[in-house]
Amino acid sequence: MLEARGIIFAYKGHKVLDAVHADVERGEVVSVVGPNGAGKSTLIKCIAAIHKPQEGAVRIDGKDPLVLSRREVAKQLAYLPQSLLCRFPVSVFETVLSGRRPYFSWRPSRKDVEKVEQIIEALALSPLATRDMDQLSGGQRQKVLLARVLVQDTSYLLLDEPNAGLDLRHQLEILETVAALAREKETGVLMALHDLNLAARFSHRILMIHRGRIIAEGTPFEVITGERIREVYGVEAQVTRSNGHLNVHVLRCAGEDPQTPAHGL
Amino acid sequence: MTGGCATLRDRGAQPATRARPATGRAAHRQVEGRSLFLLLMALLLVGAMAIGLCVGASGMSTADVLLALVRDTGRTHDIVWMLRLPRILMAALVGFGLGLAGSVFQVVLRNPLASPFTLGVGSAAGFGAVTVIIFFSPGHHLIGVAVGAFVFSLLSAAVMIAVARMKQASSETMILTGIALMFLFSALTSLFQYMGTMQQVHEIVFWFFGSLSRAGWREVGLAAAMILSPFPPLLRAAWDFNILIHGDESAASLGVHPKRLRMWAVAAASLITAGAICFTGVIGFVGLVAPHITRMIIGSDHRFLMPGSGLMGGLILVVADTVARTAWSPQVIPIGIVSSFIGVPFFAFLLLKRTREYW
Repeated sequence: MLEARGIIFAYKGHKVLDAVHADVERGEVVSVVGPNGAGKSTLIKCIAAIHKPQEGAVRIDGKDPLVLSRREVAKQLAYLPQSLLCRFPVSVFETVLSGRRPYFSWRPSRKDVEKVEQIIEALALSPLATRDMDQLSGGQRQKVLLARVLVQDTSYLLLDEPNAGLDLRHQLEILETVAALAREKETGVLMALHDLNLAARFSHRILMIHRGRIIAEGTPFEVITGERIREVYGVEAQVTRSNGHLNVHVLRCAGEDPQTPAHGL
Repeated sequence: MTGGCATLRDRGAQPATRARPATGRAAHRQVEGRSLFLLLMALLLVGAMAIGLCVGASGMSTADVLLALVRDTGRTHDIVWMLRLPRILMAALVGFGLGLAGSVFQVVLRNPLASPFTLGVGSAAGFGAVTVIIFFSPGHHLIGVAVGAFVFSLLSAAVMIAVARMKQASSETMILTGIALMFLFSALTSLFQYMGTMQQVHEIVFWFFGSLSRAGWREVGLAAAMILSPFPPLLRAAWDFNILIHGDESAASLGVHPKRLRMWAVAAASLITAGAICFTGVIGFVGLVAPHITRMIIGSDHRFLMPGSGLMGGLILVVADTVARTAWSPQVIPIGIVSSFIGVPFFAFLLLKRTREYW
């Protein structure tokens, strides 16, 4: 189990996370949802040991990542950042191969290369393998980055808005891949997501975070309700259930008369 | 959904006996091509050094040179062993150092404009040299000027690292600090030039031209120690550099300490720079351009890019030095000028021809 207990993280005196708990079992997909600035990314980064929380602890299968070497942690826990810089020409193959870095020091082994080949094929990236990263579309690039965390071969996966800015198909492809990974490889996935419909559809559990606190936790049907959406997002929404899927219909900004346009413009 | 999940499921079941996929073969060919490139560059460098050894103002024939290399032939022996050989070795070493340091600065600061001279290390060296020329003249020695240059270039690197340490060691902080230091040292140098005598100003200007004629065997030995000793640890970190390209956060998640890496890599690259320029003066352009030329040809895998940039830098300087000594013989054009004349058109050519757009 990957767990974070009582995480407190303040940035320049401003508390971003206030005693947050989160945990993920292997094979489970958990989504963190909440408005911009609620602390979703910060929580993910604290667990990934990119930010060091002022208080609280993270345990990876009971072990403290601060005691393990970074390389050991990198074999247990992979992290997909919101965006990746690309200042110099790097090919798709090289980018994915760098995900095997925790396992080799100078020359990637045959196994490393085979793993990279398999994942590149599985994600249908083969035609792009020798292209440079900057020649790809946003959706292709995100798939490459996903491939990179997949070859890292970890028990747990942290994803920071993996489908931000992607078209419908790429969003679904990314999330289906993640779901398949949890199902077949027993990977535990914790991801920050904006889209409540997708979060509900692909997660076993949902953590709703608001102003640095977890305000609700449970199955999608338990957490996502019209009332909470109004409270947290300030938006009127109708939550319905059809064919076992949860559907969020956004109506309007809360507290405003629907007849008059916002801000009197 | 043909993309993700369907094929992912097949993965475990597929036996490893199937044919190696095309992606792997292509990547393998890339690695082979890069090794070949390094070999070719090394051969070109050795060839250029050999040619450089055989031509010069004294008009010796190739046979004379070869004879003088192996036997004491008096005057020609002295020319080859005391003048040409150390000078050519120095050109190769300095070029190698500046190219290597440039590639390290560019990747750890994640900026294609970074180089030993855009970051103040070069102008600090200049200021150190100027200080010695002004305050210790007329008794100063060449070695004193070199020490001044060396100390100040390391000092500026130390300031850059110290500031970065206080401010989270982000690449932006380091670059801005480096640029600020460059302006500071340039201003101080101008001030000293303004105050100096004609004789001193002449010497300063000459130092800033860059020259390999000060190189003797002792200088070559010292430069080699400072340039080559940081090379193995830098090369060992090649994969860490490859990962750092994609940003600090993703590097941290793959087991790298981005801040620690950036600090010691900048220190090592500054030591190389200091060693390279303290005996030769300002030969700036190579450090910026050699890594770019190499990257355009073989890409950004630092296992190959770092040695490749070094070899490219060495080649540019050896060729430039040969041209500098022969184009206007017996006058020797300062190497800093010639290396820019040779490097810029080559760089411009590659810039226009390149297919990779990355900054």
